Formats: sequence, structure tokens, C-alpha cells
Amino acid sequence: MTQQSYAEIWADGLWNNNVVLGQMLALCPLMAVTTTASNGLGMGIATLAVMLVSNMLVSMIRGIITPQVRIPVFILLIAAMVTLVDMFLNAWMHELYQVLGLFIPLIVTNCAILGRVESFASKNNVGPSMIDGLAMGIGFTWVLVLLGGMRELFGSGTLFADASLLLGNSFAFIEMTIFPDYGGTLLLILPPGGFICLGLILAGKRVTDRKLEARRNAIQGSLQEESA
Amino acid sequence: MMISSPHAHDRSSVERTMYLVCFALLPATLLGFYLFGWPAINLWVLCIASAMAGELLCLSLAGKRLSAALDGSAILTGWIIAMTLPPWGPWWLAVTGTLFAIVIGKHLYGGLGQNLFNPAMLTRVGLLISFPLEMTTWANVNPITNATAPGFIEGLEITFVAAPLSDALTGATALGHVKTALTASIPSTVSVAEIFSVNDALTGFTRGSLGETSALLMLAGGIFLIWKRIIQWYIPVALIVTVAAMATLFNSIDAERYAPAVYHLLSGALMFGAFFIATDPVTSPSNVKGQLIYGMGIGLVTFTIRTWGSFPEAIGFAVLFMNALTPIIDRYFRPRIYGYDYKGAPLKVAKE
Repeated sequence: MTQQSYAEIWADGLWNNNVVLGQMLALCPLMAVTTTASNGLGMGIATLAVMLVSNMLVSMIRGIITPQVRIPVFILLIAAMVTLVDMFLNAWMHELYQVLGLFIPLIVTNCAILGRVESFASKNNVGPSMIDGLAMGIGFTWVLVLLGGMRELFGSGTLFADASLLLGNSFAFIEMTIFPDYGGTLLLILPPGGFICLGLILAGKRVTDRKLEARRNAIQGSLQEESA
Repeated sequence: MMISSPHAHDRSSVERTMYLVCFALLPATLLGFYLFGWPAINLWVLCIASAMAGELLCLSLAGKRLSAALDGSAILTGWIIAMTLPPWGPWWLAVTGTLFAIVIGKHLYGGLGQNLFNPAMLTRVGLLISFPLEMTTWANVNPITNATAPGFIEGLEITFVAAPLSDALTGATALGHVKTALTASIPSTVSVAEIFSVNDALTGFTRGSLGETSALLMLAGGIFLIWKRIIQWYIPVALIVTVAAMATLFNSIDAERYAPAVYHLLSGALMFGAFFIATDPVTSPSNVKGQLIYGMGIGLVTFTIRTWGSFPEAIGFAVLFMNALTPIIDRYFRPRIYGYDYKGAPLKVAKE
């Protein structure tokens, strides 16, 4: 396997091979927690932390794990990390912990994390693996925040409600009520709304990719004309 | 055009089908206008206009011929949505609902004939889940010729300014009333007698959705469509017989808990659903056995939700549920092709 450059790793994680938009993984936590942008951000950061550390650990010990036992070892490492995150949130961000609740322990079974460990960290050195964990985690987080923001904005008319639970009281100013006196659209808060919004985001990514491709081809075409 | 063999053509087309269904809906719609006045007319106009706007928008985005918007399917979708809305509902209910049906329910699946779910029922269920208050505020019957009925300007106010309707102008539908009464442990024998009369349910002089109240006009429209061979009788009859049989069965077990069959058949959207919704050719199975099972399934789910679920009316849920099962029904009830057995293997030639 050829080693990817850091720029490629970043591009993959944030856009091209994004956990949600490219790999279509981790849809269960995605649908479940993105009823507000703040919940999405909290879940995204928790996942990011687990991804970063488990990628790092696996890439460090990848030489001594035999292929036969790799999956249990990976899961044990991930589970240990998730337990730490779980206890950390319970101790220092108790309100957020109560909102995210069950979904924090379920990060263990988040296929995206095992997927990165298996397909990247077990084949690469520590440096690229950590960058990959970071890029994939940030890529996951921004999609969670975008989807949470869409559903929150049109579902309940607010943005970043309860963000101070996550970021502390100094960030209370980003809690916005966009549409006052908004009765709410329950459909968007319920899972079907999550799927509809995700579908629209996916369509948006494909349209953008197609336009980028067309522009790249046009530039190459004009370069060839010049050289000819 | 290549025409060789003597093909017979009955001049059926998408346009003719759609406009005949609209024609069959016309009497019930006019009755709705008469009973609920100008606000109902406003809603109907809004639904049709936003259906056309959504259709034109999607066709132009997809790079298709814009003239396809005139095939009548968008108008029919908007029309059916208008029929299912509460007659004094606010304007945004009609506009967002209809755009949802056309853009997400129809064109995102690929346009006419490609949609998995009935777009009008997607809207009906989506709106009911999202805006339970607005979707269950039923205006009293107040014929447009009455002095107390809202005039044109008042009608515009009711539709566009969206002030909450006062309790004096609204009330419960028969289905809703009986359901609430049961939770207050009033037996359905009492509550049905309070609010339900066969005559009103037949003629439509009762609270309900804009165009669904008159069972008789629905039946007439349905029979007209069967006569014109736009729809076949299998789905409506299977649906109605299933609901009637289940209602009679449970009513005979415990009449205090389960309402009689005539109440189930003539209330809410059952007749409308049976003849105009469930028979949508795109989202229903394509052969007789499948259609019978599909109709029975809708009847079963409707009766189950009406009786034991938390919603008073369930035609929308039931139709969507069976829409989801339609591909699998079609798969298991394929018609045999001439010269092949049911599994698609060629028939063995008989030995001489």
C-alpha cells in the first residue's frame, strides 16, 4: 500500500472519504443524536477523541498483533477509550452526559472507529494514523453539526440550544432562537427528518463534486491547449 | 410511429386518467366548498398552485420538458392533498405540504411513476406528525350561503393571518370524539350515538377534512372511475370488506368497546382512501391477487390503528405501510407469463 501524503489524509477525512458522506458509516448515532447542533457537536467531539487515541494506540502496537486476534484487541482498546470518555463526560459535563446518555457507550460499536483502525491505523505509522483519526473525527463532527443544525433550525427554530452545557457559560451567546414563536416541525426532529436532511446533504456533496470535477477538466483542457 | 399489427388503442393516456379522476373528485370538492366556505376554496387554490409550482421547479431542475407539468398528475396530487386538509387550515399547511409531496414524495424518487409511496399520503402523515394541532382543528359546518359564514375577505383572513380558531367555530370529528370518549371510559355505544348519524356521514354534513366528509359522493366518484375503467374494484372492495368484517366481529364481541361497522365505513377518510388513494396505480400491486392482499392489508392496518392505536384516523398510515410492502407483494404474486410456469421456466412440450 502506498503511503498517503498528509494533505491527502486531510482531504479524505474532511471531504472525499468522509465517514458519513463518503463511507456512509456511523448512521445510527448520526440519526439518534442530531436533533440539535449542540448534541451533534458533543457526540462528534467524543467520537473524535476516541478515534484519535485508538488510531494512535493501534498503530503503535500493530507489529505485535497477529491477524487472527486483531479484531478483539482493537475492540478492547476502543472500549477502554470509550469508558474513559464516558467517565470524563459524566464527571465534568454531567448535563451533556445526560442528553447523550446511552449513545456514549455505543461509540464502542461505532463501525467508523473500527473501520479506521482496521483499514488505516493497522497499516500505517503513528504520525499518519493520528492525523487520520483527527481528520476523520473532524469530518464526522462537522457533518453531525451541520445535520443537527438543519434539523434544529427547521424542527424547533433554534440553533445551538444548550450549547453552554457543552462549552461552558462563556459560550452561551451562540445559543440562538432564529424563529421566535415557532411551533416546531416534529417530522424533522423524528428519524425520518434525519434521513431526509442527510439525503439532501449527500445530494449537495455529489453536486459539488461534479462541479469541481468539471472545473478541473476545464482547467486541464485549457492547459493542454496552451501547451499545444 | 411504427404501427404494424392491428393494435387496438382505447386512447387512454396519463392526461385522460388524471383528469377523469379530478372529474370524479369534483362533486365532493364542490360540497366541501359549500359546507366550509371561502377558507376551503383558498386552500384548494393554494394546493393546486403550489403543486404546479413545485412540478415546474423540479422539471426544470431535472432538465425535463416543462410541458410535462400539464399531464395532470401534479394537479391531482395537489387536489387530493386539499381534500385531506382541515378546511380552515392556515396557508402554510397547504403550501409546505404540497411542495413536500411533489418535491420529496415524487420528484426525488424520479418523477411520475417512480415513487414508492403515495405522495399525497406522505404529506398527510408528515403534516399530521409535524403539526398535530393545526391538522386536527376541525371547523364546524357552516354552509357558504349562511349569513354567519365567513365572506371572501374573512376567508382570506382565516387562511392567511392564521389566527387560532375559537372553540365556538370548531369541534371534534366523529372518529376523534369516540376515541377521546373511550379514554374517559364512556362506552362507544353512547359516544357514537352522540356524534355519529348515518345520514350526515352519507351526505357529508359533518366536521372533517375538506373533501372527505360525504361517503355517498366518494362512493359515486369511485363507481364512476370503475365504470370508466380507470380503477378496478379489487382494492376498494377488499379494503371495505376487511374493515366491515373486523368491525362487525369485534362489535359483536364487545359493543361497548368497539364501534359498529357502519360507523367505521362512513367515518373519516375510509371511502376516499378506498377509491381514490389506495387505487393509485403507481404505488399498488399490479395484479389481481396482489391487489386483493394489498386492499385487505390496508383495511387491517386501518382498523388496528383506529381501534388500538393512538391516532383516531389511520388511512394515511395504512396506505404508506402497504406501499412499502408493494414490491414484495408484486414479487410473490407474479402473473404467469404465457408459455412459462409461475417460476419463469418454459413449459415442457408434451410428448407425442
